[in-house]
Amino acid sequence: MVTPTRDRQPKVQVRDLSIHYGGKAALAGATFEIHEHEIFGIIGPAGSGKTSFLRAMNRMDLFNPAMEVGGEISMDGKDVRKWKNVYALRRRIGVVFPLPVGLPMSIYENVALAPRLGGTRKRADLDVIVERCLTRAALWDEVKDRLDSLGSLLSGGQQQRLTIARALSQEPELLLLDEFSIAVDPVTTMKIEDVLKELRQELTIVLVTNLVQQARRLADRTAFFLTGELVEVAPTEDLFTGGASDERTTAYVEGRFG
Amino acid sequence: MAQGIAKAPLPDQRNLAWYVDKTVQVLVFVGGISAILLILGIFVFITKEGMGFITQTLDIGEFFTSPNWRPTSENRPTYGALALIAGTASVTGLAMLVAVPFSLGAAIFIGEFATGKTREILKILVEMLAAIPSVVWGFIGLSIMNPLIIDLFNVPVGLNVLNSGLILGLMAAPIMTTLAEDALKAVPDGYREAAEAMGATRWQVIFRVVFPAAKNGLVAAVLLGVGRGFGETMAVLMASGHSINIPTSPFDSVRALTATIAAELGETAVGSDHYRALFTLGIFLFAITFLINLTADLVVRGPRKR
Amino acid sequence: MFEATELNHRNQRTEKLWRLLFLMMTLLLILPVAVILTVLVVKGGPSLSIDFLFTEPTQGMTAGGILPALVGTVWLVVVALIASVPIGVAAALYLSEYAPDNWLTRIINLAIINLAGVPSIVHALFGVGAFVAFFRFGTSILAASLTLAVMTLPVVIVSTREALKAVPQAFREACWNMGATRWQTIRKVVLPNSVSGILTGVILEVSRTAGETAPIMFTGAAFFLPFLPQSVYDQTMALSLHLFVVSTQVPDVPEGLPFGVALVLIGLVLSMNAVSIGFRMVLRGKKKW
Repeated sequence: MVTPTRDRQPKVQVRDLSIHYGGKAALAGATFEIHEHEIFGIIGPAGSGKTSFLRAMNRMDLFNPAMEVGGEISMDGKDVRKWKNVYALRRRIGVVFPLPVGLPMSIYENVALAPRLGGTRKRADLDVIVERCLTRAALWDEVKDRLDSLGSLLSGGQQQRLTIARALSQEPELLLLDEFSIAVDPVTTMKIEDVLKELRQELTIVLVTNLVQQARRLADRTAFFLTGELVEVAPTEDLFTGGASDERTTAYVEGRFG
Repeated sequence: MAQGIAKAPLPDQRNLAWYVDKTVQVLVFVGGISAILLILGIFVFITKEGMGFITQTLDIGEFFTSPNWRPTSENRPTYGALALIAGTASVTGLAMLVAVPFSLGAAIFIGEFATGKTREILKILVEMLAAIPSVVWGFIGLSIMNPLIIDLFNVPVGLNVLNSGLILGLMAAPIMTTLAEDALKAVPDGYREAAEAMGATRWQVIFRVVFPAAKNGLVAAVLLGVGRGFGETMAVLMASGHSINIPTSPFDSVRALTATIAAELGETAVGSDHYRALFTLGIFLFAITFLINLTADLVVRGPRKR
Repeated sequence: MFEATELNHRNQRTEKLWRLLFLMMTLLLILPVAVILTVLVVKGGPSLSIDFLFTEPTQGMTAGGILPALVGTVWLVVVALIASVPIGVAAALYLSEYAPDNWLTRIINLAIINLAGVPSIVHALFGVGAFVAFFRFGTSILAASLTLAVMTLPVVIVSTREALKAVPQAFREACWNMGATRWQTIRKVVLPNSVSGILTGVILEVSRTAGETAPIMFTGAAFFLPFLPQSVYDQTMALSLHLFVVSTQVPDVPEGLPFGVALVLIGLVLSMNAVSIGFRMVLRGKKKW
C-alpha cells in the first residue's frame, strides 16, 4: 500500500467490457486497469456484475452458452479471447468462488492435481507444493494428519480453504477471489488475509467482496460496481476518506445502502 | 517461495494436452453420431435387400389386402401380408388390453401409494421381470400356458392369440410400468400438496391432478409398450401357433410379422424373391416402430420444447 | 360437523379400496411370474448337474449337456461388449460432456431412442444384410456379436450417460478453472466418479445380450455344432437359441431337458441383473460428496 501503484505496468486492461446472459445485461461498458502486484478490490451489492467480470476474465463464458461477452479483457497486453490455448490461460489465473468445491479425491490430490497436470511428477516436489499451499490457505494444521481423506467430505469452511490452496497450487500470476470468506470463520479469514498481503509480492490479486471493510483492509485500489455499471475506480483510502468522486460510492461504503 | 519448483509461466501455445483434448473430442463425436449412422445403416441395408422386390415383384394392393402369404408356392407365389398384420395386431391388441390397465395400476401403486422398502422391492421386482429373455417367455407359453389353456378352455390347441397375447402382456408390462411411474414421478410434489391442502383425498389427487399432469408421459409409456409388443419376435413365434390366419376368436392360432421373418429367413436363398419379401416385411416393421417411437418422443417432448 | 366426519369416513374407505385395487394389480403382474419361475425350478431343477453344464449334447440333442451353448453365449457376449462398450461410452461422453444443445444432439437422442425400439428381428435382418453379406463376415460369432452390439448399444449409452450426469457440474468447473482440459477433467474427476455406475450399465447389457435370440439366429448361431468355437469367424451354439431348438425343433426331447436349459438361461440373466442392481445399491450407500 505504500508504493504508489500508478508507476507499475497494467497487468489487466479492461476496455468497454459488457456481459449479457441470454440478452439480460450483467455488466455494461466497463473500462479499467489492474496493476501488477496490487490487490484490486471490487465492491458492490449483489447483482452488480462483479462475479460476471471474474467469469469473463477466466473465459468461463465457454462453460455457459448463454453468457455473451463484448469488449476486451487483456492480460499482459493480450486479449484473453485471442488465446490459442485457453487452458494455458486458465492455468495462469487462479480462481476461488464463494461456493467451496472439494473435489472427490484425497486432500493431497486436490492440491497436487494442478501441478501434476502441469508436469510435476516427483513426489518430493509435490509434497513441498501441497504443504506450502495448504499452509498458506490456513488449512495445513487441521489436515496434515489425514491428507488421504476425501476433500469433498471436509466441512464447508475447510473446503473453502482447500479451494484456495488448489488455486495457489497453480502458481498463478493472477488470483481472482470471489467472496472467499463467506464460509470461513473470522479468525481464519484474518489468517488468510495476512497471506494475501504477503502474496502481493508475487502475484496480482483481484478481490471481489461484499465486505467493504475487507476491501479497505486489503485492497490498494478499489472499484465500485452498481447494477452492471462501473461507478468508479480509485485508491482504496480515497474512497473511504471522502475522496470518492461519485455520491453513490460514498453512500455505499458508509453503509447507507447495499 | 520455493523458487526451485516454480516454473516459467505457460506460454500460449498448443501443447500436447491441447492436441490430446482435441483428438478425444473428435473421437467421442464419432461415438456420438454412431447412433445416427447405425439407424441410417439399418434403414439402408434392409431397404437395399428389400427395395428391388418392392419395385419389381410386389403388388402393394395384394400385400395389404390379401391374407395369402404363399411365398414358396410352385406355380404362383403370393405375398399377402394381411393375415400376418392381423396376427400381429390381434396379439399386440390383447397384450395391451391386459398390460395397459395393470401397468398403470402398478405404476400408481408403486409411485403414489407404496413407500420406503416396499416401493424399493417392487421396483426391483419389476426391473427383474423386464430382464427375462423373450425366448424364455416363448418357452413358458409353449410348455406351461399351452397345456393350461387346453385344460381350462377345453380347446384342441393352446398356442393361440390368447396365449401369446397374455405372454406379450406380461412382457410389455414391466417396461410400461417403469415408464408410467417415471411420468408420475415427474409431476411436481407441489401439485399434490396443493390439492391435499384443499382437502382432496389421495385418489382424488391422483385422478384429478396427477393423471392429467402426467398424461403425455403416460401416453408415451403406452405407445412404447405397443412398439415393444409389435416388434417382439421369439415369444410370439413360439406361443402363437404359427398358422397364417385372420383370427376370429382368441383361441385361433395366428402368425405375426416378426415370427414370419424368424421362421422363414433360414430357408430362403439369398437374393430370391422370398428372401427379399421377408426384408420387405422388415421395412414395414421398421417403419411402424419408427413412427411409434417418434410419436412417443413428440408426445413427451413436444409441449416442453415448442 | 357430523356430515363432515361421515364424508371423511367414506373418503377413507374409498381410498383404502383404491389402494387395495392398485396393490392387486401390481401383484397380478408379479405373481404369475413367481409361479412360472417356480414351475421352471421344479421341472428344470432335476436336470441340472455339473455334467449338464459341462458336457456336450448327445443323441441328437435329446440327452447330454449344454457346454457348447454355454461357451458360445460367453463368446457372443464378450465380443459384443468389446464392440459396444467403447462406442457406447464414447457416445455417452459426447452427449454428457461435449454436446451443445442443438439440433444435432436432438437427432442423436432421437436416433438412440429409435435404435432401442427397432424390433430384434429387424436387427437380425440388418445383421444379415450388413455383417454377413456386405462385410463378408459370413455367419460367424463376429457377425452375430456385432448385431447384438448394435442392438444393445442404447443400453450402454443411456446408462453411461446417467452415470456421467450424476457427477456434479461444480467438480468439472473447478477442474476447468485450474486449467485442466476437458479430457483431463474427464480422466481425473468425471470417470473415476462414474466408473462404477458405468459398470452397472455394462452388467445390465451383459444380461440383455445373453438372452437375445432373434438377432443371432441367422447371423452366427447354429442349431447344433459338435465342437467349440476356435475364433470369431466360427459359428457357435448359444444358450438362448438352444432353448428354442430343443423346445420346438427336436423331436422326442425328454420334458426335463428344455426346462433345464431355460433354468440355466434365466438363472444367468437374472443373476447378472441382480449383480447390477446390488452394485447400484452399494453405490448409493457410499456417498463421496
